[in-house]
Amino acid sequence: MGNPNVGKSVVFSRLTGANVIASNYPGTTVDFSKGKMRVERDTYEIIDAPGTYSLEPSNKAEEVALKMLGDADIVINVIDSTNLERNLYLTLELLEQNKPIVLVLNIWDETKHLGIHIDEKRLQQIIGVPVVTTVALSGEGIKNLVANIKNAKVNDKIKPTSEEGRWIEIGTIIKKVEVVEHRHHTLRDRISDLTIKPLSGIPIALGIIFISFWIVRLIGENLIIYVLDPLFDNYYLPLIEGLSEQIGPGTIHILLIGEYGVPIDKIESLGMLTTGLYIPIGVVLPYIIAFYFMLSLLEDTGYLPRLATLVDKVFHKLGMHGHGIVPVFLGLGCNVPGALSTRTLETRKQRFISATLLAICVPCMAQLAMVFGVLGKHGIFYIGIVFVTLTLLYIILGLILNRFIKGESPEIFLEIPSYRRPSFKATIKKTWMRIRWFLKEAIPFLFLGVLIINILYSIGILQFISNALQPIMTGIFGMPGDASIALITGFLRKDLAIGMLISLNMTPLQLVIAVTMLTVYFPCVATFAVLIKELGIKDMIKSAALMLGVATIVGFLLKLILLGV
Amino acid sequence: MDEKPIPLTQLPINKRGKIIGLDGGQGFQRRLRVMGIKEGQIIKIVTKQPFRGPLTIAVFGCQMTLGRGMADKITVEVI
Ligand SMILES: Nc1nc2c(ncn2[C@@H]2O[C@H](COP(=O)(O)OP(=O)(O)OP(=O)(O)O)[C@@H](O)[C@H]2O)c(=O)[nH]1
Ligand SMILES: [Mg+2]
Repeated sequence: MGNPNVGKSVVFSRLTGANVIASNYPGTTVDFSKGKMRVERDTYEIIDAPGTYSLEPSNKAEEVALKMLGDADIVINVIDSTNLERNLYLTLELLEQNKPIVLVLNIWDETKHLGIHIDEKRLQQIIGVPVVTTVALSGEGIKNLVANIKNAKVNDKIKPTSEEGRWIEIGTIIKKVEVVEHRHHTLRDRISDLTIKPLSGIPIALGIIFISFWIVRLIGENLIIYVLDPLFDNYYLPLIEGLSEQIGPGTIHILLIGEYGVPIDKIESLGMLTTGLYIPIGVVLPYIIAFYFMLSLLEDTGYLPRLATLVDKVFHKLGMHGHGIVPVFLGLGCNVPGALSTRTLETRKQRFISATLLAICVPCMAQLAMVFGVLGKHGIFYIGIVFVTLTLLYIILGLILNRFIKGESPEIFLEIPSYRRPSFKATIKKTWMRIRWFLKEAIPFLFLGVLIINILYSIGILQFISNALQPIMTGIFGMPGDASIALITGFLRKDLAIGMLISLNMTPLQLVIAVTMLTVYFPCVATFAVLIKELGIKDMIKSAALMLGVATIVGFLLKLILLGV
Repeated sequence: MDEKPIPLTQLPINKRGKIIGLDGGQGFQRRLRVMGIKEGQIIKIVTKQPFRGPLTIAVFGCQMTLGRGMADKITVEVI
């Protein structure tokens, strides 16, 4: 346990070898993870909890932390040594809990640069529980921590007091154990100032966001053109063509590869081994790699809380506050972690707005890949229409929801961590963790999707739906009836719809409408499941009704504007 | 030395102030207090966002962003 952003998750990874996401902003961990650690003959179960400033929770993530505390036999209290005074408040509260405690002074490396001297032995004497110093990032001191876990002790020196009493106690402790040298403004402080002051900060923010997207597209496209497509075309396709001959016509061929006798197409064939594998690996994965690499950089430097400060005013108008930018950023990768991160918002109203807007207006990488894949060859102009529509939608819906959803939207209250140089190894590791997670989630769903669609096709249900919906699709949205099949497919995974849309021979503007509607009308099933858990079934029904309603209206308006009929 | 109490929002940027009072509900006050924003604490404003946007303050060695409305409830004196 400990304050947010003190390195708990890194310590946890060190102790258990399990991989969890760690980033340089408060509120990275919003759920607990469990891991095992063996010391000599004993096995300990270690839990990584979200950060909290005190034992009185102010959001859902902190509530999780408190529940974990209740279950714990031993508490490993991690604190940020560069911020001893503030961190000690929670430590004192924990010491009053009658649980065995080990105190970990983490981020010990930074104290030297900052001219902070802490006498950890003296601190140990005063509070009467083991105190160890660590640099979790490099692993320094972790052995010592492991050795000291069995020495964890219930404190008998600090008596329960009030909040005021604790601060007085902290004052006396600090006087005895800490000396801080006076220090001049460093380059790091100057960068920090520049990026948070509005006059310089806003242009910098726009620049950073623009450059980030540009880099993501650059890396993504080049991976496809120079690495993945050649691999698929030169090595994989011939293999599949061989396999196709072996299998011969029949149901198995349709399921695995697609229709027999027509040229095999990696996007449109709709077999498990063709579309089912090519879409996640050949189309979405390159962007996933590129995006998560950039996101890791933004996260680990500590830029996000500054961005949250700059955009706070806008987000407040939308019924949230600046921290609402975090679900948007995480959601661009995948809506699932995005939806989870809404837990750091304080009230039900904020979480509802944030999660609903996320599901409606924030395209995940699979959706973005769909946008690029379907519209890319028609030009940036059409992609632009989709993005402008989604952005406008985010703002307009936010304004409306803020007005009509009951409840409070408290103001922002967010710690701004100091900038850190991201460690190359940590960035790569984190990107890799997320890629693995993506592959594990995406491939089974795509296989399942291909399977279901083929079954529905073969028994004629899809054709029936397509015919039945044809008047609506054409009348309201200006699309051919078959586009409804693509929309239905999108329930499972949006990227599955790419092939269907391409094979329909629609005009670029029709495609814009289809792609926008696909993004808006519903999140994928995985996100849907998480949202039910986070919002509760009642709010989720409201949210889902909004999604469908908005998608219909947007599709109709786009038809009026773009197709002019 | 000017010792008139003012709300934190009126403390000029980069001037140091000392907190002399907190207003507002119990829960709100506790949230500030556990972060060290309490009577007697020295506080500095790093920047203010325009159009009554949030303030960024420095307390102990760390910076925090908090909304204007919250800052209005913190009374300080310039030192
Ligand atoms: N310099 C330095 N940085 C560290 C150390 N330990 C962790 N960090 C960095 O501190 C940041 C926060 O680490 P996390 O493990 O995500 O922090 P946390 O306590 O789990 O944070 P929440 O989940 O938000 O409560 C990351 O950017 C880490 O790379 C350390 O010993 N030294
Ligand atoms: Mg964490």
